[in-house]
Formats: sequence, structure tokens, C-alpha cells
Amino acid sequence: MSGELVVDEGFPTEEETQGLLLKVTDLKTSFATPRGRVRAVDGVSLELGRGETLGIVGESGSGKTVLSRSIMGLLPRRTTTQSGSIVFDGTEIVGAEDKTLRTLWGAKIAMVFQDPMTSLNPVVRIERQITESLRLHTSMDKAEAKATAISLLGQVGIPSPTERVRNYPHQLSGGMRQRVTIAIALACSPRLLLADEPTTGLDVTVQAQILDLLSSLQQERHMAVILVTHDLGVVATRTDKIAVMYAGRIVETTTTRRLFADMAMPYTKALLNSTPRISDPSHTRLTAIDGRPPDLINPPPGCAFAPRCESATDQCRTEAPPLRPAPSDPTHLFACWNPLPGGTAGRVTTLEESP
Amino acid sequence: MSDIAATVASAAPEAADDDGIVKKKKVGVFFWIFAGWVALVVLASILAPLLGLQDPNNANFDAINQGPTTAHLLGTDDLGRDILSRVIYGARVSLIVGFGAMTIGMIFGGTLGMVAAYRRGAVDSFVSAVSYVMLAFPALVAVIAIVAFWGHDIWKITIIVGIASIPLVYRVVRAATLSYATREFVTAAKSQGATDIRILTRELLPNVLPAIISFFLIGVASVIILEGALAFLGLSVQPPTASWGNMISESRTYLSQNPWLALFPSLAMFLFLIALNLIGDSLRQVLDVQDSKL
Amino acid sequence: MAKFLFKRALALIAILFVVSIGTFFLIHLLPGDPTVTILGPNDTAHNKAVLLQQLGLNKPIWQQYWIWLGNVLTGNLGQSFITHATVTSTLAHAVPIDIELVIISQVLALGIAIPLAIASARRPNGLLDRVSTTSSFAMLALPPFIIIVFLVLIFSIHFHVFPGPGSYVPFTQNPWSNLHTMILPAIVLAVGSIVIYFRLLRGDLISTLQEEYITMARSKGLSDRYIMWRHALRPSSLSLLAAAGLNIGGLIAGAFVVEYLLAIPGLGYALVNSIQQVDYLTVQGITLFVAVVVVVLNFIIDFLFTILDPRIARE
Ligand SMILES: Nc1ncnc2c1ncn2[C@@H]1O[C@H](COP(=O)(O)OP(=O)(O)OP(=O)(O)O)[C@@H](O)[C@H]1O
Ligand SMILES: [Mg+2]
Repeated sequence: MSGELVVDEGFPTEEETQGLLLKVTDLKTSFATPRGRVRAVDGVSLELGRGETLGIVGESGSGKTVLSRSIMGLLPRRTTTQSGSIVFDGTEIVGAEDKTLRTLWGAKIAMVFQDPMTSLNPVVRIERQITESLRLHTSMDKAEAKATAISLLGQVGIPSPTERVRNYPHQLSGGMRQRVTIAIALACSPRLLLADEPTTGLDVTVQAQILDLLSSLQQERHMAVILVTHDLGVVATRTDKIAVMYAGRIVETTTTRRLFADMAMPYTKALLNSTPRISDPSHTRLTAIDGRPPDLINPPPGCAFAPRCESATDQCRTEAPPLRPAPSDPTHLFACWNPLPGGTAGRVTTLEESP
Repeated sequence: MSDIAATVASAAPEAADDDGIVKKKKVGVFFWIFAGWVALVVLASILAPLLGLQDPNNANFDAINQGPTTAHLLGTDDLGRDILSRVIYGARVSLIVGFGAMTIGMIFGGTLGMVAAYRRGAVDSFVSAVSYVMLAFPALVAVIAIVAFWGHDIWKITIIVGIASIPLVYRVVRAATLSYATREFVTAAKSQGATDIRILTRELLPNVLPAIISFFLIGVASVIILEGALAFLGLSVQPPTASWGNMISESRTYLSQNPWLALFPSLAMFLFLIALNLIGDSLRQVLDVQDSKL
Repeated sequence: MAKFLFKRALALIAILFVVSIGTFFLIHLLPGDPTVTILGPNDTAHNKAVLLQQLGLNKPIWQQYWIWLGNVLTGNLGQSFITHATVTSTLAHAVPIDIELVIISQVLALGIAIPLAIASARRPNGLLDRVSTTSSFAMLALPPFIIIVFLVLIFSIHFHVFPGPGSYVPFTQNPWSNLHTMILPAIVLAVGSIVIYFRLLRGDLISTLQEEYITMARSKGLSDRYIMWRHALRPSSLSLLAAAGLNIGGLIAGAFVVEYLLAIPGLGYALVNSIQQVDYLTVQGITLFVAVVVVVLNFIIDFLFTILDPRIARE
């Protein structure tokens, strides 16, 4: 478990943005379930500067969604227990009242949900779904809000937005719907956009379009983005830094460039090798890494990945590796007793042989 | 603290239970209390002659319209008949009509529903269309009319109400079966050469049984209410035969003098109906949990 | 949308046709001889034959049906052998009373059930939810006749707040007394409806609130109240609407116990009376009327469905 914080210096930042937007410290999120406590996020620390892009990568069930929803404070309260701290733009999120969070939601933090088929209300017109947050967070009147909604739809690449705005979600294709959810998220120009696997439900060409759209909008607006995915290929070209998650923890984090040049964790490499192929049905549960994901209720002693790791030793199976800096580069943190020898990184576009 | 936050789905909808509260749904104490009550009523009405009760039709003009006494635990009616004994004998009518009619509905509607859901195709389309049209027909009106014109002894009522319940039973059972008819275990059984009858009785029936029993009990409750309504119109079993409906209906004449007359049969019926509904509902809830585990 | 409604309308006509056959044969296949009812059991065979001829009852039954259907379509439901009133005029007297009863009871029922369901669904398993769910169980087990007996006992006999059975006053005669007499029956009918509406809406709201689009709405910073009314209520109200349709259709004649016991001359009352007097034509007319109302109500509800949920009219 990491007490240390991820160090900020050394990461490339946009020249016009300084200062931290988001600082997560030793965040733990767990759920009460009939079988026991599920530790879905177990001691995560990370930092994000203004305008920066962070990729969060991990296999299915590694806690990416829970982490991003924790950052927003959007988890069901009854069954959720949280500790640690999340400071967003000066506001503590952990333990905050909904009243406080509502001033941030939509206005300063927004989220693009995983599945555009379920995240739009089927019985509410696109127009209202966009304008309701505009009306809430800005002083626009009905007509101004509508005009803004139309222009937002135009910006996210929806043809004939003036007509589309009167549509219901079912009248749009999946890709169009995801564009609409992006328009909704961007409506009030948030400082931070959380995109939780924004393209998993879509086919590959549309995926690329949506991701490119996100990048260009981000650049225009100097918005920070957390891009969640289980596909390392997706984050390779679109993020400044990457955090790799396994079993609710960050197990490796560094700049995107360095990660691909010199990954240390066997898990990260396995993840890269399991990058979904174009032919795979969308959102296939990632079973490409051999073995089963660990039980989050009774995690194994030692490194959680050890049972599935080729280079695991007895130490790995008994003693949990701390998240610590690489000797060659203090900004490159990883939690592994037997890191891969330097320079073994795979390239993004080629798929290496399975481990 | 947000209220909706308590209800809203979590990251993994399949893992969250519908209340956001983690506890296994189990049948509670009330389930057993009410199950006990149903068992008691059923046993008492079957064994009524052995219980040493007074004759339910035995008039006694020296003791009319009494409240509860030691001689008559629940009092007497306007003819001095013992109410306890009439309530127990009266249960027979409700039980026969309620369980009888629903059994008829289940035998025909239930079988049709299972077969239609399993075979699909033309049979299913045809029977379903017929059931739709029958459901559009005001069954209640038809039941009263037929009962009135054809005669209202207990068996005729049972048969008429039973037949009237067929289309609804059909739809419910069909819907319940449909969700299992396409599961792997059915396809697997088919590919192993199991006969249709075997699949229906050994594979499908055990799975839909909880849903069917639950609906059956709630249906029995509705039929008992219907029998009571018929009694108020003078269209149920004829006096002096006791039935809960008859007793409540007759009690109206003496409502201001002797409210006990209305109270005890009403209470018996109320508790019995609540028991049937509660047991039916608990079964469904327990069933739902198992269903989501699959 | 237009195509969807057109298809529905075709189905409507088909169902109405089948229902008319059902009604006609239901009455005709029942035992009982109208000549006996009209002429008494001891008249001569000749007189009976003449009467059958007059009534058109000696024709083949299919022919009788077509004649009857033709009459029905022109608004002629026949004239009672017993009371000599036309069935249409009986309906015209009774139906407004049922409309009044349905309106009062449904306003009461929806006015109580919707807010209660919303409040319960906000905190499932909370105190309010548990109390209202438990009481809904109790109400489910209270048949209308038991409620009437005890309401009459308490409010008419003991406290004299409401008039007892048999004190119906027509609306045109004295609207105030009329409303006064209608409250008791409306309450009785409302009880049954509240249970149905409350349970359906609560359940549907709870599952709607699990939907991803509710989380999405929250993530926009919208208030709980806004989310409940604007995002959750509408998609949750489909079963409520369907149930309301069925329920209202059922109440049109199903209020017979209430009407009969409180002597309110609505359709149910007329139905029971004509059944007891073996007045075939009136029974037939009322049955047909109720069937038509039920079918038409369902059509209207299908239409409302397409408004509530735009996805439905899609295919
Ligand atoms: N509300 C909840 N109650 C109980 N367990 C939960 C809840 N939400 C998530 N979990 C569990 O937490 C773990 C992490 O889930 P999460 O959805 O964050 O994974 P993920 O990395 O987003 O996976 P995916 O790629 O499939 O979206 C899983 O084991 C999941 O079952
Ligand atoms: Mg996820």
C-alpha cells in the first residue's frame, strides 16, 4: 500500500496551467455485501494538474469505475464506506454533503458514462437533457440554453443539430448518443472530465472518432481529463500520464511515454498483450490475462497478481510490494518485487506474443 | 445526506441489491405466523365435526344476538346460532371455492401456459390471442350473470369462477415459463433426447413452481373476496349454510345492536386474506433472490 | 406513431367484434325462457309462439345476432321485457353516477398513492416505506364489503357523519347532498385502488432509481426532487397507467357491491337488479357497454403509453 504521493514534477504540463486540480490521497472505497466487505479501491493516491490528461488502465473489475465515481462522490451511500481524501479544486469530496457536491457536479466535474445506451433518459428529449444543467448552473434563460445546446451538439459533430435536439435518445445511433453525453458533460465547461470507458459500447471506427473528439475539445477548453479504459492502446496516444490499476490499487504509474518505453510490471505487460483486437465483440470481459482476478473480499497475502504472474517468487506470494520509485526515474512508480528488465516495453501498435 | 443517493445504482448494478441494503431476503417471523394461521383454518374446517362444536345451524331463541360468553366464545347471531361454529364451518365455503376455482384455473390455464411458452409457434400465438380477447371481456359481470342464471350452489360457483380465471392464469404462467424455456438447461435436456413431457415436468415445472404457487395463493385470496361479494348479492351458497360472506352480509341487519356479528367473520376473512397475500409475496421475494443468483 | 395507432385501432375493432359475439351468445346460451318471464309459466303454446315471432326469437340464432348487432350499432340496445325501459335510457341514468364515483375515487387514490409511493421509494426500507408497505398489505386483505360494513357502523350508525345506505340524492337535485352521499362509496373504491397504485409505482420507482440515467442526472447536479419528478416518475408510471386503465374498467361495473349495498343507482346496481329480475336484455346491454368501455380504455392507455415512453411507438 502506498503512503507516498505520486510526485508531480517531471510530468509534462501545459504551460498556461499550473497548480493541482485534483489530489487523491490514500483513498479507500469499500462496499458492504452479503458475502462481506468488497475493497474495490484500496489505497489509491494520485494527482492531476489543470488541463492534464490521466489514463487509468486496468482489467475488468480492477476498480476503475469505483475510483472515478469516488472522485465524483457519486457512489451509493448506504453500502459504501470511504476513507482517505480527495481534494478537488480546494474542496474535500470524501464525506462531503450532497449539497456541496451538487455545486460541483455538472458545473466543475462532469462524467461521460460507459454506456450511452443506458445513461441517457429514454423518455426525455435531448434538448432537456442538455439544457437542464445549463439552466441550473448558469443564468441562461430557456432560449439561450436551447441555442447553447444546439451549438454544443454541433461542436460534438452531430449533423443538423437544430432538428436532433428535438429527438429522443432512441432516435440516435450509439455513436451519436455518446456524442450527446459528451455534449451534456461539456455543457457548463467543467474543469475536470471523467470519461469512464467512453467507447466500450461502440464499434472501432466510432471509438477512434469519439476519442479524437474528446482530445480536441479538451485542448480547446483546457480541461483536465481522466480517461478510464481497459485498453492500453486507447490511452497510449491521448494521455500525459497513466495509472495502471489492479485489485483496487495503483500498481504502476508514470508518464505515458515512459510507461510504453520501459514498463516495469509484468501485469502491465500482460495488459498490453491483451489489448482487444478489432475483431473482438465490444466490451468483451477481459479474460485475456490467464487466471482469475483476485477476490476483493479476501485478497491473497503478498502481491495480488502473484498467483497469475510468471515471474512470481516466494517473496511475491507472502509480502505485498510497496509502490516505490524506479531507481532510474523517481517519477516512475511501481509495486513489484521482480520488475521486468529495462527496455522490454512493447510498442503500442504491435501485439507481442502471450506471456 | 441524499435520499436518492441511497437508492441509486452503484458501479456494478448486478452486485447491488434493489434497496441498496445488504441483507438476504428471508421469510420472516410473520411468514410463519401467517402460514400457521392458514394451516389452522384449513385443519379446523376439515376437522370441524370432530371439534365438539355446536351445530352451526342450531337455532336457540333463548340466546340470540349475544356478545362473547363462556358458552359461546364468539357470541351468537340473531337466531341464537353459535358464531364460532359458524365461522369454522363457513371457512369451508371460502376454502372450497377459493382453492377449487384456482385449481381448475391452474389445471387448464397453467398447463396451457407452460405448453405455449415451451412450444411457442402457432399454438402459442393462437392461445395467447384468445386469452387477450377473453381478458377484454368483463369476466366479473359474466360470472355474476352465469352464477345467477345457472344456479349458485358451491360447486357451480367454483367451476364458473375457475373457468373465468383461466385466461389470467394462462398469461401469468406463460410469462413465468417463458423466462426459463430458453435457458441452457432446457436446450441441454432437449439435445439429450428428453421428451417434451419430461422437460415440462422435470425441468420447467420445478423452476416455475414458486412463481405459480405465489400467484395461486394470491388468486385464492381474490376468489374468496369474489365469493364474499356474491354472498352479498344473495348469489353464494344459500342460507342457512354458513359462509363468511353470508355471515357478514346477514350481520348488516343487526349492525347497531350486535356489531360482534360483523366483527368475527370479517376478522377471520381479513386475517386469512392477509395471510395468503403475505405468504404469496414472501415466496416471490425469496424467489427473486435465487433468480438473480443464476 | 400514426401507423402504430392505426394498427391498434384495427385490433380494437376486431376485439369489439369478438366481444359482441361473446356477449350475445353468453346471454342466449343461458338457461331461461323469456316467454315464461313475460307471459308467466301458464300461457298457451300459441301465445308463446306469437310472442317469439314478435321478439324475433324464432329466427336462426346467427340471424338474430346480425339483427341485434345492427340495432346496437345504431344505438338501439332494445327494450327491457320487464321494466319496459329502453336499455339505452337505463344506461344513460346509471353511467353518469359511475363516472362521478370513478372520478372522486381515482382522484383520491392517485392523490394518496403517488406521493406515498414517491416518499417510500426515496428511502426504501425506511420507516415510512415500511409503514406504508405493511398497511398496503392490510388494505389488500380488506374486501369492499367489509370496509362498507365497518364504515357504515362507525360513520353512519355511531357518528352520523355520513348518511347510511339508501340515502342517495341525484346530483341535479342537490349537488351538495349528492357529494355527501358519494364520499363513503368513493372511499371504499379508493382503498382498493390505492393499494394497487402504491405497490406498482413504488416498485417501479425503486427499479428506475437504479438506472444509469438517474446516476447521470445526479452527476449534472440536479436536485433529488427534480430528478424524482422529471427523470424517474415518467418512465416508472407505465405499469401504473396500465393498472389504472384495468382498474377503472373494472370499477365501472365492479363497483356493484358498493352500489348495491349503499343503494346507489349506478351501473353495478342496475346490473344486479336486472340479473335478479332475469332481465336478459338489460344484462346484455350493460355487459356489452362495460366490455366496450374496457376495450376503449385500453386503447386510450396504449395511446398514452406512446406519449409517456416515445420508444413504444417505434416499431
Ligand atoms: N456497489 C457495489 N457493491 C459491491 N461491489 C461493488 C459495487 N460496485 C463495484 N463493486 C465491485 O468492485 C470491484 C471493482 O468494480 P469496478 O466496476 O470499479 O471495476 P472496473 O475496473 O470498472 O471494471 P470494468 O472494466 O468491468 O468496468 C468489482 O469487483 C465490483 O464487483
Ligand atoms: Mg467500469
